[in-house]
Order: sequence, then structure tokens, then C-alpha cells
Amino acid sequence: MQNLGINVFLKGRNMIRLFEGLMVTARIALIAIIIGSLLGIVLGVVWTSKSKWIRSVCRIYLEMFRIIPILVWLFIMYFGVTTVLNIDLSGEFVSIIVFTLWGAAEMGDIVRGALESLPKHQIESGKAIGLSFWGLYRYILIPQAVRRMLPGAINLATRMVKTTSLVVLIGVIDVIKVGQQIIETSRIEVPTASFWVYGFLFILYFVICYPLSVLSRRLENKWNG
Amino acid sequence: MHKEANEVLLEIKGLFKKYDDMTVLDDVNLSINKGEVVVILGPSGCGKSTLLRCLNGLEKIQGGDIRYRNKSLVDKDVNWQEIRQHIGMVFQNYELFSHMTVIENILLGPVKVQKRDKNEVMEQANQLLDRVGLLDRKDSYPRQLSGGQKQRIAIVRALCMNPEIMLFDEVTASLDPEMVREVLDVILGLAKQGMTMLIVTHELSFARAVADKIVFIDKGKICEISDPDEFFTHPKTERAQHFLNKFQY
Repeated sequence: MQNLGINVFLKGRNMIRLFEGLMVTARIALIAIIIGSLLGIVLGVVWTSKSKWIRSVCRIYLEMFRIIPILVWLFIMYFGVTTVLNIDLSGEFVSIIVFTLWGAAEMGDIVRGALESLPKHQIESGKAIGLSFWGLYRYILIPQAVRRMLPGAINLATRMVKTTSLVVLIGVIDVIKVGQQIIETSRIEVPTASFWVYGFLFILYFVICYPLSVLSRRLENKWNG
Repeated sequence: MHKEANEVLLEIKGLFKKYDDMTVLDDVNLSINKGEVVVILGPSGCGKSTLLRCLNGLEKIQGGDIRYRNKSLVDKDVNWQEIRQHIGMVFQNYELFSHMTVIENILLGPVKVQKRDKNEVMEQANQLLDRVGLLDRKDSYPRQLSGGQKQRIAIVRALCMNPEIMLFDEVTASLDPEMVREVLDVILGLAKQGMTMLIVTHELSFARAVADKIVFIDKGKICEISDPDEFFTHPKTERAQHFLNKFQY
């Protein structure tokens, strides 16, 4: 039995620790996805403004997250900003901030694209029955845009879940870090631990991300059918 | 058809409209009485659709005045959301809201904008749908309907707001020929009931049948306003004559 690497999960609190790590990962991703999406919707609506100035500001904000790697953002916020402002922020808090800002930027772009792709007649028809600016967005534009932006939004969510693996590098003990610790401590007794632990992580990420893509396909079919 | 009522609902005075440097409407004067059916004819690009869009606040005008019930619609503080409930409009592209069923499309304005009782509106919607022969399609989505059906629903959607005036902007122009009739019949029915309407169309025989007054526009100007029979038999202007000739083989 000793050579059966899978036993590594049964030793001590290993399974519970992995689960705790998973919770940290899920918490960062979930909070960032929810708040980021809400901010992103607001950003997307603002982005469709006719003002060139507003559009440029939104564009620059997005490009800052597209051009600068998320890892660098995490480092700037965790090591840079905290020392300059002389404040103490936990790695998890910084991670949530960075992922939320990133999510909002990408989501804003997705929402903008969806809104701009809607036919102009839909807006005019809405106006013709007396809808106000907000009524137009609430009853016509947002519901239609949601259907169009869903594939992109779900894709963004899975990307965000996967990218949380970077938070290890600012000291957050997420599911990957816990996995590494387990591999380290079992190196002698279970030489194949890395296969089993990373294999388990592989399955975990799949379990989180796969339902999202199933959901997106279901909704798309429902709205198209 | 309803010439007895002489109350002026809509009055257009010296209307001037341009896009950038191009003048689209130049010194347009027209008044529409309650119950009157006015058909606007003219070659493509003459500005007739733009005229309708100005009346509904979808286009800004650069000069002149539009008065609805003697209230100017050119003032800065005009509440278009309010005005549009009285001046309904149906477009060429029969744009129903694609994510809503037929009945949801119809109820949206009366219930959410006018805050009317849902059951009362539902009853009215059912009657109107029945009248255009589409009661059985009330739970369908727009994508399940033909162009002619969609356009009839769009008319019902506008009517359900209880407008005082209806604007029809080439509502049959993008329909298959065999569906034109069913839509025109609905409009003809409205005319018989005394609805005040401003209609832009290319269907000349329909225009002749439905109109109380024909307005002929060319190059942004009103060239002639005539009685329909007179317009089609003895047009006053050469341009109108020329326009009518193009439709004869």
C-alpha cells in the first residue's frame, strides 16, 4: 500500500487543507467576478457615450490591463502601493482588488461591444413607445446585450478562475500553494505525490470551469431556440 | 373620409432640416386635422421619412415650428417621452423587441411607461390582436413570425398606447409583395375608424384609397397638396406628373 501515491490525500489534514486552499481561490475568483461584472456593466454603458474623451479614458483603462501582465499588477499593488502609502494589505485583499479591476475592464469592453452591436431600430422603436433613457437600457438594451455577451463573459470568468493561480506569488495560500506544501512534506514517503496532487488540482479546476461553459451553452441554446 | 372635424392636431410651420450642409427639408408647411388621413408621396430621398421622424422627435430640426395641440415641440423643455405616447410611429423595419413575446412587446409601453393596469391593457391588446387576426400568435417570439405578421404586431403595439396620431413610415416597403395587402388592410381599417394618420408610402393605389389629402414632396419641399382623385388624375405640378408617370408601364 505504501507505494500507492493516492494515499497522500488521506494523510493528516491534507484533504481539509486542500479544501481550505480551494476556498481561498474560489473566494477571490467569485468576489472579483461578481463585483467586476457589475462594475463592467456600468463601465460598458458609460463607454457607449458619444464623448470622445470618455471613450478614450475607458479605452486606456482597458489597455492598462491588457498590456501589463496581471502578475505585474499584483506586484505593484502588493509591494509597491502598500509601501508608498504605508498601509498593510493582505495578499488576498490585494488579489481581489486587482482581479476585480481587471474583470471590470474586460467586462466593460464585452458590454460595450454587445450594446454597439444591437440594431439601431431597436432603440428607435423603444423611443417611439415613450421609453426613457433608463427604460431603454433596462427593458430593451441590457436584456438583449446580455444574450449577446454571454459567451464572452463566461470565457472571461473561466480565465479569471485560472489566473488566480498567480496569487501564490504574493504569498496567498491558495489551493496550488497548499498542493505544493503537501508535495514537499511527502516527498520521501510518497515520491509520486506531485503526480497525484497536481492531477487532483487539474480535476478541481475542470470541475469549477466546466459547469460554467455548460451553463453558457445551455443559455445560448435557450435564447436561440 | 372624416372631413367634418376641423380641429387642428398637428401643425408644421416653415420647418427646416439639414444634415451637415445638405438641406433635407426646406420651409415645409402642413397642418393635420383630427381624423384626417394624410399621405405623403415623393421620390426616394425627397425627405418624406425625415419629415415623419421630425414629428416624433427622432430628428432635431434647425428651423421652423411643429405644434401638437397648439403646443410647440421645438421648445427645449419638451418632454418627448410624453409626446411620443400621443404620436405613435411604425417603422419600415418592423422592429419588434426580439427578446420578448408578442404580448410582452405590446404590454411594455402601456404598463411600464403609462403605468396602466396590466389586465386592462391585456384586454385591449387581445381585442386589437383579434382585429388584425393574430390573437393566436400572442405568445410567439418575433423570429417565429413572418414580416407581415411582425408589422401588424408593430401596429398593434403602437395602437395600444392609445395615440392620437399615428405615423407610418413606409411600413410595407420591406415586405414580400404577398404580405403587403394584409398590412394595408389594417391601416385602411384604422382610417375607417377615424384615426388621424400621416402615412409615407410607395403604394399609389393604396394612397388613393386611404387618403383624405395627398402631399407631394420633392427635394425637401412640398410641391403640391391635393385631393387624392385630383392628384392622381390631374396633378397640378409637372414634377408630380413626372413622378406618377414613372409608376405606369
